[in-house]
Amino acid sequence: MACAASTEFDLDAAWRLHPGVSVRPERFGALLYHFGTRRLSFLKSTALLDVVQGLDAAPSARVACATAGVPAGELPTYQQALATLAASQMVVERS
Amino acid sequence: MKLVEQFQYGLDAPICLTWELTYACNLACTHCLSSSGRRDPRELSTAECQAVIDELERMQVFYVNIGGGEPTVRSDFWDLVDYATAHHVGVKFSTNGVKITPAIAARLAASDYVDVQVSLDGATADVNDAVRGAGSYATARRAMDNLAAAGFGQFKISVVVTRHNAGQLDEFKAIADGYGAQLRLTRLRPSGRGADVWDDLHPTAAQQRALYDWLLDHGEGVLTGDSFFHLAGYGESLPGLNLCGAGRVVCLIDPVGDVYACPFAIHDNFLAGNVRDAGFDKVWRESELFADLRRPQSGGACASCSAFDSCRGGCMAAKFFTGLPLDGPDPECVRGHGETALSTVDGARAPRPSGDHSRVPVTIGRRPPERACDESPLAGITH
Repeated sequence: MACAASTEFDLDAAWRLHPGVSVRPERFGALLYHFGTRRLSFLKSTALLDVVQGLDAAPSARVACATAGVPAGELPTYQQALATLAASQMVVERS
Repeated sequence: MKLVEQFQYGLDAPICLTWELTYACNLACTHCLSSSGRRDPRELSTAECQAVIDELERMQVFYVNIGGGEPTVRSDFWDLVDYATAHHVGVKFSTNGVKITPAIAARLAASDYVDVQVSLDGATADVNDAVRGAGSYATARRAMDNLAAAGFGQFKISVVVTRHNAGQLDEFKAIADGYGAQLRLTRLRPSGRGADVWDDLHPTAAQQRALYDWLLDHGEGVLTGDSFFHLAGYGESLPGLNLCGAGRVVCLIDPVGDVYACPFAIHDNFLAGNVRDAGFDKVWRESELFADLRRPQSGGACASCSAFDSCRGGCMAAKFFTGLPLDGPDPECVRGHGETALSTVDGARAPRPSGDHSRVPVTIGRRPPERACDESPLAGITH
């Protein structure tokens, strides 16, 4: 479950959705399912879904957030959400 | 709106669903939730099952929990598993282990999209076999040996917590750890034949409290299928969604295509439709029963209880099959309101589960015959 995580998330690194993750858009955001870890996660807003889906094409998570229209003041909230997703391997760093 | 509220109002497709592929079973567990034993001749054909999988793919259902009966005794079972995973529908199936040979274990280990759950209801053969039948412990352990030897990785060992095994939680955990498997504990419901043994098998209040403490200690390392949310009334919520997902985020497709609100609610009152009529999607989206379940529920007699926000009145099926009103307390309410409510109802008049597929009357402690009898639909194919 996506809940508080204290791990630092590097906004300036390049990230992508794990290839074993399926995304199902929902009214509230999206459901994510990781076939490798067999875990379910929730994206609690459609804006966060836009960010996650934009990771792969963006040079950094910071750019993905900007492209999705995340206001600078809300960046820490998104960083926290991405940290949670990284902790459960839903998103991984691109090498 | 909080996420849990979103789920209470239902989703466009289930998060996961249970699909009982057959009522046929080589065992005759006394607490079987689907009263399984004999195959129903109206069972969905291979082509009909494939059509359901096609729909699940379109609806983006991530995975199905396949059960039964014993699903692996269907001759097309492995083909259906392959069909589902090829169509991006992951499969988690429950088995008593009867068909998990070394060759099958190797085949399963090769797929990332198949998960296996072996049922075990006692950490020792005596406790397990009293409920699941003579030899069933050895069968399950052999299946686990084969999965481990094939390098399957983290398969699940699925335990229904009863009065007789509630004291074996550490032993179950040790068995799982020994295999590198994950332990899954679920709640006994008075569903199917479980209605007949409920009074003798459901955990005592003291065992329930000990179970809650044990689950809190073990956190997300032990799975529960979200089935103990009624225990949240003790204080802290257990990991999981902590709500009744019936008809909202989960449901059941039974072997003949009937869609029920939940696997533990096989009764006409919870029958939403049949996939043969217009497909599963239509039942999920348009059933009046499901629309009703997705409306805000009143807490009824529980509304004034301080625990209601956490336990939400408990399990619908547990209430229904013990004769309690759906808007009242769970029979195992941790505040004891269930016991009080039960004392005012006539248990003999509680609704009976629909559809009994038992081969013979099943009672606790009954030892099945050594050899499959000639009338058995599985005679000759279970070894």
